[in-house]
Amino acid sequence: MKTHEVLIQPGRSERHYWRDLWRNRELLLILSMRDVSVRYKQTALGMAWGLIRPLTTMLIMVFVFSKVAKLKGDPGIPYPLMVLAGITIWTFFSTAFTQVSNSVTLNSNLVTKVYFPRLLMPLSSVAVSFLDFLVSLGLFILLAIWYQFVPDWHLLFVPVFVLLAVLAAFAFGLFFAVVNVKFRDIGQLIPFIVQVGFYACPIAYTSQLVADEPWYPLYILNPMVGIIDGFRWSLLGGKTYFNPQSLLASVALTGVCLILSVYFFRKRENTFVDDI
Amino acid sequence: MSVITVENISKHYIIDHQKGKGVNTLRDVVSENFRQLFGNKKSQVTTTHEEFWALRDVSFSVEQGDRVGIVGHNGAGKSTLLKILSKIIEPTSGSVRIRGRVASLLEVGTGFHPELTGRENIFLNGSLLGMSRSEIRKQFDEIVAFAGVEKFLDTPVKRYSSGMYVRLGFAISAHLDPEIMIVDEVLAVGDAEFQKKSLGKMRDNSASGRTILFVSHNLTAVQALCNKSLYFEKGQLLEQGETNQVIATYLSKVSRTRLLRDWDTPEKAPGNDLVRVKRIELIPEYQDELTHIDVRTPMKFRFEFWNMMDSANLNLSMHLNSLTGECIFNVGTKSQPYGPGVIAGECTIPGYFLNDGSYTLSVMIVKDTVTPLFTMEESLTFDVEDYREGIAWYGKWPGYVRPQFPFQIGMLEEAVK
Repeated sequence: MKTHEVLIQPGRSERHYWRDLWRNRELLLILSMRDVSVRYKQTALGMAWGLIRPLTTMLIMVFVFSKVAKLKGDPGIPYPLMVLAGITIWTFFSTAFTQVSNSVTLNSNLVTKVYFPRLLMPLSSVAVSFLDFLVSLGLFILLAIWYQFVPDWHLLFVPVFVLLAVLAAFAFGLFFAVVNVKFRDIGQLIPFIVQVGFYACPIAYTSQLVADEPWYPLYILNPMVGIIDGFRWSLLGGKTYFNPQSLLASVALTGVCLILSVYFFRKRENTFVDDI
Repeated sequence: MSVITVENISKHYIIDHQKGKGVNTLRDVVSENFRQLFGNKKSQVTTTHEEFWALRDVSFSVEQGDRVGIVGHNGAGKSTLLKILSKIIEPTSGSVRIRGRVASLLEVGTGFHPELTGRENIFLNGSLLGMSRSEIRKQFDEIVAFAGVEKFLDTPVKRYSSGMYVRLGFAISAHLDPEIMIVDEVLAVGDAEFQKKSLGKMRDNSASGRTILFVSHNLTAVQALCNKSLYFEKGQLLEQGETNQVIATYLSKVSRTRLLRDWDTPEKAPGNDLVRVKRIELIPEYQDELTHIDVRTPMKFRFEFWNMMDSANLNLSMHLNSLTGECIFNVGTKSQPYGPGVIAGECTIPGYFLNDGSYTLSVMIVKDTVTPLFTMEESLTFDVEDYREGIAWYGKWPGYVRPQFPFQIGMLEEAVK
């Protein structure tokens, strides 16, 4: 019989942490399913909410930006499609980011009572936002059919940008998740960040609009700029503005932040229970 | 082979009193804590803080198949120990080596989500406790039957009665199959019948060579289940060994028992010019090497006092009170005339009379059957421990007294088939 031996010492993280994480993939699935099935419990409209929110946001944006601010879509692209593409990926990122940031504190009842690799909490928290993302994408397809828009091979890049958005959500969310354990100020800060981000990112416009500004190099340091532009570019057949430089900045920043965040999370996770 | 080896484990907490200047501004808190967050745990904080050792230098080892009870007061460090063994908290120093798959039951129904159905929660809780989905599926029917919630499987658990909730939670954990099981007080919940079933299930499990660590305030349950025990006090391991011996030590340390009071000379003795108390004593008549009073133990009560009056009709009266001050009974002697000297009285409280609990004893010297000359309140204090034989129920036995009157039972008429 194979014996499973564990050594517990201060400051010593599990040697087989990543293997442990993999072994607990079923738990990851179940925690994700929990979040998903709880999401719309005791609501009359249920999953429809996943549709209503992006739809109304899009309608408002279209009204405000095209009718009031007189913004135009890129040539050959209906403006509402452009906006919806931006909203879809941004909402995915922002909810994932919010959920990851709150994942540890929301599961405090588990943290204090049972051991499992703590990274499972942020990992599982993304499931709900991904489901909403799929619904929103479905809405996009319907709208594309309405406008008789046919995408092309650029679609192949969509998963890449979705993955980048998830990684970015982790890169920043994990850091806040750890800080949130000790300082609940984060809970107040997150909605604010998301709100500011909504305007700081090219959602209702493409970054072409600001490409000639002197502060443009700073602007593309926002990792979401490249991801949003890129997602829209691949979804809309390469017809919208997309600056590969901004993507490079996104990948580099996300990568570095992700590594730092995971390191930080691993360093602090054993003390969560003392601070929570 | 020892499956758990604990070496010099300590857990240290610092309780901050944030009254000191310097940490009052948000900026200071932020900068200070950011420094702490990046690994630098021991930076110079200007707050006054109090050190608290939840566990201090604890070492022991557990052999395979041992069922270890952990006893001690609240705050003795029992739960901290279990949490360290469960990898939930990290020790400040020391090391633990564990061989085998561990399942920790620190709470009934860990992670139960009120909105989810019983079925969904079985899978959720089961996987949190370390079962795979196929294991859960295999045991699913048995778990449901054990908990007796067949009809409510698809009802959200927020609609469950608290009893059903607890039964479902325990049923899942009872069907775990780890090599080492860590259990904290879960038997303190649930109705009597269910407690009996759960403890039975745990005992069955231990028969199959499983190692169990069990924290409980219920000494009877610890005695019934565990062959070895650890006794903690203020974060330190005071004694370890055979359960009966450890529990005896624990009881002798914790009880406020005072069975004897005596005074050499009347000058120092409590009383007045008429009478003074010389000696009050309660002598338990232990059976079978017992060293503590339990519900079976008969006790002899002796009382001696000096009488300074030339001639008086005197009698003694003894009150036995519960800890809450209710009088359980009052007995008195006959009133008789006495001259000056030492007068002694004796009375026996039979075994199988008092229920388990803490008691105080007051005595009163009475003249002419109506005038109390001197009363000594709460002169003696003692605890009666529970004892049960052949009864697999561990709830609190009801009632003030615990008599064993003759009570016959028999078949009156056999049913005709």
